[in-house]
Amino acid sequence: MKARVQVMLKTGVLDPQGEAVRHALGSLGFAGVQGVRQGKVIELELAEGTDEATVKAMCEKLLANTVIESYSIEM
Amino acid sequence: MLIPSGNVDMSRAIAREIPLNQTGAALTACNGPTLPGVALITDFSREGALPMKAAILVFPGSNCDRDLKVAFEAAGADVTMVWHKEAALPEAVDIVGVPGGFSFGDYLRCGAIAANSPICAGLKRHVARGGYALGVCNGFQVLTETRLLPGALLRNAGLKYVCRTVPLLVRTSDSAFTRSWTAGTELQIPIAHHDGNYQADPEVLAQLEAEDRIAFSYNDNPNGSVGDIAGVLSANRRVLGMMPHPERAADPGHGGTDGRAMFAGLMEALVSA
Repeated sequence: MKARVQVMLKTGVLDPQGEAVRHALGSLGFAGVQGVRQGKVIELELAEGTDEATVKAMCEKLLANTVIESYSIEM
Repeated sequence: MLIPSGNVDMSRAIAREIPLNQTGAALTACNGPTLPGVALITDFSREGALPMKAAILVFPGSNCDRDLKVAFEAAGADVTMVWHKEAALPEAVDIVGVPGGFSFGDYLRCGAIAANSPICAGLKRHVARGGYALGVCNGFQVLTETRLLPGALLRNAGLKYVCRTVPLLVRTSDSAFTRSWTAGTELQIPIAHHDGNYQADPEVLAQLEAEDRIAFSYNDNPNGSVGDIAGVLSANRRVLGMMPHPERAADPGHGGTDGRAMFAGLMEALVSA
């Protein structure tokens, strides 16, 4: 089974990389891009029966730094 | 990125050749002229005082571990290098140095994987019982990832790796790390990082400010850190994390010696402790 973890900087934490992407899109002529947030997706290949609580523990312990990042899990 | 394990073993062998901390007799022997490399040890005013015992953690990708060792040794410390797979620190360590570099290739987040290595469990126990720790650059990132220090270090606001000597302001003299300076002293210390943009939520910042736990700030903010913060102390003031490299300004050959007083101050504080 697979799980997909999406990690994003929390709202309010400045995302300099997202800002740089926004500027680059603007300079390519894409008007109207008002904001870009960049995160990461982590795909996990898991043993059958692994529950969401275990994946949540993985996020809390390693995959996300909850001081600055939020995460969501798709099983 | 991997450091050959042979390097680490060699460091350990070097540390074993100078058993400064074992007995008073060994210390006396080190004071003799046959070991000029540890001549600074004679600076101890207290008879029978043992030198500060430091352990420096080494991760795959650490690259300032030896610089930190040299700086501690120049201040007279007895230094042991400790590989990240070790489950415990050596006995009776006073201070743990977490060095700069690119531990585990900075994968996932800077310092995140190192923070979960076996030796960091030992580091947490050391700090929990009141031990000292100094994290420089990637070491600071490791200390925030272990949550031994608050906040987090994000990508530099300018998105560029910044490598230059910067003016650094000492913000407090109330710690073993900064006791050699008065608050307001300006130092010239090198920085070299891509992820040194210190951020913390407003409550944490207010607390750091109120408890006088901002150890250093930038005079000319190079990375976007909130409040120009360059280094912070733990609540008990025994853990310091900082992005600038004092160990790279500890010898005239470095082009500056402004960082040396940190190691000398630690030596004084920890020997008399």
